[in-house]
Amino acid sequence: MKATVLVRPKTGILDPQGQAVGSSLRDLGFSVHEARVGRLIDLDVDAASADDARAELERMCESLLANPLVESYEIELAGTGR
Amino acid sequence: MNEPRPRIAVLVFPGSNDDRDALWALGAFDADAVPVWHADPDLPAGVAGVVLPGGFSYGDYLRSGAIARFSPAMRAVRAFADDGGLVLGICNGFQILCEAGLLPGVLRPNTGLTFVCGDVPVRVERSDTPFTRRCAVGDELIIPVKHGEGCFTYPTDRLQELEGQIVLRYGRSDNPNGSTDDIAGIVNAAGNVMGLMPHPEHAVDPLLGSGDGALVLASLVESASERALAVA
Repeated sequence: MKATVLVRPKTGILDPQGQAVGSSLRDLGFSVHEARVGRLIDLDVDAASADDARAELERMCESLLANPLVESYEIELAGTGR
Repeated sequence: MNEPRPRIAVLVFPGSNDDRDALWALGAFDADAVPVWHADPDLPAGVAGVVLPGGFSYGDYLRSGAIARFSPAMRAVRAFADDGGLVLGICNGFQILCEAGLLPGVLRPNTGLTFVCGDVPVRVERSDTPFTRRCAVGDELIIPVKHGEGCFTYPTDRLQELEGQIVLRYGRSDNPNGSTDDIAGIVNAAGNVMGLMPHPEHAVDPLLGSGDGALVLASLVESASERALAVA
């Protein structure tokens, strides 16, 4: 089962990478107020059902893919409309 | 002074680059410093302390320090720490300890967007730890930093949770990386695990700018020596 995990710096957590990207875009003349840079992880997992896959992916996020202290995550399962 | 030379393990991960400096410096303070490859499942017999050195373990993949905690040697380090063993993480070693949950918080990219490299003054906030016993509270140590991700981050509304665990602070006007509460080094609640971003192993000889890092490493060696003696 294919899934995508999106990891973002939590609201309120300073994101220097996003700031650098935002200011570079402004240098190019784009009207950008804010940019935040996260991470996208595509996965192909074995699971009996979408619910199983989601539960497993949540555990992956909590234990490795995101650092829950400063990052939030979102799980998208292919074919389930999230 | 016939204390045994305490054996201190310096872990070597793929991407570590300060392991040899740490080995040399610990040896200079009369420790029996031994390198331990990350794939070794056990620490050498009689180890009285562990140092996780600086570098870029596993290429800083995912987040700095996030992958190193899966090394077989880190399982041994966790068991050693749970048993009260002395563990010092320097720079990338600090990042690894945070990611492994052995220390609170996380190290994020520097707020100034740049890699910082240079001597910084840090203030000693606690001298009753095994890592700072040679210092006095209020001492200012000059120790170099060199990192891109040294911004110690902890939710500001939960800072009181770290009460009493802050060992080193940058000066308010020379915080090099934007760390929460100017934190440069912390210990765990039990006081046997410490992490710091500055590199004491690079400041052990005035010829190279500062000898202040010696206070931290000599404290560790002295504490490890006592523990080795207690076990023997």
